[in-house]
Amino acid sequence: MKKKLMKGNQALAEGAIRAGCRFYAGYPITPQTEIVEYMSDRMLEVDGNYVQAESEIGAISMVYGAASCGYRAMTSSSGPGFVLKQEGISYIASAELPAVIINVQRIGSGLGDISPAQDNYILSVKGGGHGDYRPIVYAPSSVQENLDYTLLAFEKAEQYRTPVVLLSDGAIGQMMESVRIPDMQQHDPNKFEWALKGKQSGKNKIVTSNMYYHEQDKYGRYTQDAYAAYGRYLADKVKNIQENEQLYEEKYLDDADVVLVSYGISSRICKAAIETARKEGIKLGLIRPISLFPFPNKAFDKLSDSLKGIICVEMNSWGQMVDDIKLAVNGRIPVHMYASSAYIPDEDTIIKMAKEILNSDAKEVL
Amino acid sequence: MGKTRITPKVLHDEHKFCAGCGHGTVFRMVAEVLEEKGLDSKAIGIVAVGCSGIMVDSFGIDWIQAQHGRAAAVATGVKRVRDDNFVLTYQGDGDALCIGIAETLNAAIRNENITTIVLNNGVFGMTGGQMSSTTLIGQKTKTSTKGRSAELHGQPLDIFNLLKNFNVAYLARGTITNFKEINKTKNYIRKAVEAQLNNKGYSMVEIVAPCPTNWKLDPVKCMKKIEDEFIPYYKLGEFTNGEVI
Repeated sequence: MKKKLMKGNQALAEGAIRAGCRFYAGYPITPQTEIVEYMSDRMLEVDGNYVQAESEIGAISMVYGAASCGYRAMTSSSGPGFVLKQEGISYIASAELPAVIINVQRIGSGLGDISPAQDNYILSVKGGGHGDYRPIVYAPSSVQENLDYTLLAFEKAEQYRTPVVLLSDGAIGQMMESVRIPDMQQHDPNKFEWALKGKQSGKNKIVTSNMYYHEQDKYGRYTQDAYAAYGRYLADKVKNIQENEQLYEEKYLDDADVVLVSYGISSRICKAAIETARKEGIKLGLIRPISLFPFPNKAFDKLSDSLKGIICVEMNSWGQMVDDIKLAVNGRIPVHMYASSAYIPDEDTIIKMAKEILNSDAKEVL
Repeated sequence: MGKTRITPKVLHDEHKFCAGCGHGTVFRMVAEVLEEKGLDSKAIGIVAVGCSGIMVDSFGIDWIQAQHGRAAAVATGVKRVRDDNFVLTYQGDGDALCIGIAETLNAAIRNENITTIVLNNGVFGMTGGQMSSTTLIGQKTKTSTKGRSAELHGQPLDIFNLLKNFNVAYLARGTITNFKEINKTKNYIRKAVEAQLNNKGYSMVEIVAPCPTNWKLDPVKCMKKIEDEFIPYYKLGEFTNGEVI
């Protein structure tokens, strides 16, 4: 395993290559364009496939095709482009194919701007495409994690036959840090029984919405029972992921009076704020969700009812993750919001808010 | 004794298209060519949304059902990773030439080594006969009830006027109004398939075909409508480098 100084976006792309990803289709948009650039070179070196697509819709459609053949396939974008990919993500989810889709978040709705933010939680975590699906979503907080969670994303995508979203952001994508680069993994696209190869011998395969594999009546029509069975199947799949795939990091939960909840780039400020506050005798703790779907409810179950409060810290204008936190604590603990908008959250504000909570001066978020 | 035409084995079930629909004849020709070339075990087909999607039930090759319009992009993903397989898209005009025009054009511009079969009947069939990019001037549809007008809706799209400017391998337009045209069209499909097998790049065959249900005409009158109204606008033949062969 060698170490190298890398940009977050490059580390992420190298992670995909190391995972055995041999198909990448992309379209430039800031702040993720280094992934497109890196892949355009690197795929040639590993005898893989790079296509510069005509659009984000074209790119995700190409991923749909390559994934149907059992290949590890990936595409990446940022907010305005990620929206366009939702059509294809919904089809990939419905056909139960593995694929990895990167969203390097930038600020704003509409055009917004190219600076980093955490504005795409709802878009990426709650869906955005049509229908009944929930992609697994990972939120890295460092250049190393950009690489590590891309590898995990491919693994989990295949285990559950589902699209997996890596929700990074412009800050992590653009910063440089030292990275441990793992050995190259080999991936055999022919190992899956569902992968298309041409029918060769035996029955032909059809990749389409898996709704169509559920029971039909003798006229080939889908009965109400078949729709219900499909619904139960999807519910079980989601439940299984919720039960088994919650990932989070915790700090000082045992003795904390106030707990910060923050993911990605903001969580790094929170970690610094905790240490500063503890020097002042203020006991802060942290829950950092790593899987955003499934949301790590198990971390919240551990929290005592006597905890003074939770502060959700996010880099957007009103707080997109806060609803999930409120559901996770189910009214047991007051939940507060620090939405730092276009600015990186600052330690002073976090500590000031914690003091207000401890003095019972703070107002809960609605 | 005349020759007996044997149904290709790859067609394993009866199709579910409307009576008199052009799809039955067209996909039979595609099946015959694939079988003749020994490709049915190597083929991966992409259909998208619309009537063409029905054929996966009876046409026994590997299929992917793509999003509406995106078949050419999905085919790009397939062919790039499985270049030993034969990759085709089978689409209607609404799919390939309206919503999917960007994907279709860009696959051709990249000269992807895939084959596209487009059935052009000038309407969105499955949704009940609405205007498409290829609806003729004056043609009445559910969304052009007074007939398509150039002022309101623009000119009908002749895809070959666009594609023949690019360095693509093979383009042809046929119809199925009689045996002679059917045989010609089948030959076009054969040449398009060979273009891919010889790694020449992108090939497309557009087939002008009837939609009796939405044209509200019996199948015989449909054929006359194609000859009188469609063919004068959508010229038949093979097209390459800006020339009719």
